[in-house]
Amino acid sequence: MHLIIAPIVLPAVLAPIIAWVMRHDIVLARAFSIAGAVVMVGIAALLVGIAADGQTHPYFLGDWPAPFGIALALDRLSAAMVLLTTLLALAVVVHAAATGWDRRGQHFHALFQFQVMGLCGAFLTADAFNLFVFFEVLLIASYGLMIHGGGAERLRAGLQYVVMNLVGSALFLFALGTIYAATGTLNMADLAQKVGAMPAGDAALLRTGAALMAIVFALKAALVPVHFWLPATYARASAPVAALFAIMTKVGAYAILRLFTIAFPPQSAAMGGFLQSVLMPAALVTAIVGAVGVLGARQLFAQLSFAVIGSVGVLMAGIAAFTPEAASAALYYLLHSTLAAAVLFLLADLVVSARGAARDHLRPAAIAPGARPGLLAGLFLFAAIAMAGMPPLSGFLGKILVLQALWPRPDVALSWAVLLTASLLTIVGLARAGSMLFWSRPEAVAAAPGQEAAPEDVVPVAGFAQFAGIAGLVALIVALTVLAGPVHDYLGAAAAQLHDPAGYIDAILSRAQEGG
Amino acid sequence: MELLIATGIGVLTAAGIYLTLRLRSFPVVLGLALLSYAVNLFLFSTGRLVTGAPPILSKDAAAYTDPLPQALVLTAIVISFGMSALLVMLALGSYLEGRDDGVEGDGAEDAPEATSGEAR
Repeated sequence: MHLIIAPIVLPAVLAPIIAWVMRHDIVLARAFSIAGAVVMVGIAALLVGIAADGQTHPYFLGDWPAPFGIALALDRLSAAMVLLTTLLALAVVVHAAATGWDRRGQHFHALFQFQVMGLCGAFLTADAFNLFVFFEVLLIASYGLMIHGGGAERLRAGLQYVVMNLVGSALFLFALGTIYAATGTLNMADLAQKVGAMPAGDAALLRTGAALMAIVFALKAALVPVHFWLPATYARASAPVAALFAIMTKVGAYAILRLFTIAFPPQSAAMGGFLQSVLMPAALVTAIVGAVGVLGARQLFAQLSFAVIGSVGVLMAGIAAFTPEAASAALYYLLHSTLAAAVLFLLADLVVSARGAARDHLRPAAIAPGARPGLLAGLFLFAAIAMAGMPPLSGFLGKILVLQALWPRPDVALSWAVLLTASLLTIVGLARAGSMLFWSRPEAVAAAPGQEAAPEDVVPVAGFAQFAGIAGLVALIVALTVLAGPVHDYLGAAAAQLHDPAGYIDAILSRAQEGG
Repeated sequence: MELLIATGIGVLTAAGIYLTLRLRSFPVVLGLALLSYAVNLFLFSTGRLVTGAPPILSKDAAAYTDPLPQALVLTAIVISFGMSALLVMLALGSYLEGRDDGVEGDGAEDAPEATSGEAR
């Protein structure tokens, strides 16, 4: 069953080839990068098919039995996340090639493939230290992608982003060291057994490590109070990179979901459910901060960044409940919010390049007629509806599912009030941005002393190729809406699998007992 | 020895955090380097401190020291070394492009308008 490691090996092989052999031939690099992304989607679809049988499929690197060697594990959740990553990557790489973003700096496609490798690895690994390694792979690639295109502002934001994440990595290592000192293992299945058997009296060190780890993942997921790096990073990164980064916050959410259900079971005596009491308030504050940011932003990319933070709030509210129903609702919202954020960033790229000197500032400015303003406005309406969670699209379904899953909790009044208010603020903020971008009167602009001169030299005519990535993502959101039933059934099964870790532990550790 | 190691890790971490919170990029780079030293020492000591014992388990050895943290430290050193190099290049690039050595945030909101002299 070597297919499980294919999503890591393929980009790992492709990236150096692109970086060394094709560095002077952008056409060849594009062809290989897009072909690689297509093959990855195929592999991910096969993995989803394999995982659908409900088993956990382990893969032992070097054929070492589990707690000693490094193991990968494929279950429904990993397969779904890998599929989401590859679909998003395909849309983004097509958009980057069609709009020429990949020419504005070096090694876009190589870094891109490394990023996909790190993402897939983080979703597939069954070992906490390996999770750190894949985090580093995806972060190192993201440092390169973040400053892709250059410019003083972007380099400054990139420096902050790198410093932020290096501190996060140091904290991750402290957490891993503490957990290793407390349990003597870093394999997730082995951790689950050791933590489950640990009496509450010995758990202080373990809880410290788990809390440090939760902070690291909250940092990656951009949860309040460690969310402040996200707006500057996403707003300053080039648009295709920001669209790809839409899945980076989800890596943090995934890691919390994975580790704090399997490796640190909330019902075990050693953990005592300390994370739940912190996570839910943090999630609700995140939702509000995101929504207020959407309402107050004066630049489109900053606004979309805050919309991402708001969606993280809703997602984490679902995860913080730690029930199978809430987890499946959160996973559905995770798929949706990743696609919606990506489509908004890609769309904003086209809108901003058509607005000439006004860039992404939310003030009246004409959209170059060659850029198909009508199509852009229609797509923006679609994407904003999806992002804000209004009917009839999947964002609405996702939010309803999360709200429904929060119903049995004692704090339901508070969480419903917060999430619904946040949705309202997001709707108002995005509606304001949309009317400012597409309905502002061009006469008012002409009155300003002619700085809008010749926007046509930026983007003459937007070919339909530029809409290809966006169209793909829009189709995915529609598919997610239409096929909500089957997708939710699959995710429900994934959440059930996650909350019944016996199968996972058994699949990974059984080899050790056999081999004796 | 425990006291020495613990004090060393504590001092390195404190100095690293202090330097990381500075406004200029050079102290921040140094601070992150100190922080990574502290992390490496900490990881090294998580396998318990044993002196003079081989890092392998064999029937002849009376005692052994846990080899896994050493492997973890090796990985962490490689990654943090590469990161330091990247950070230095990035700080240098940011300084040369922006003529400013600061790392302080100017927020996503306050970017100067591309066009000057226009009233909002």
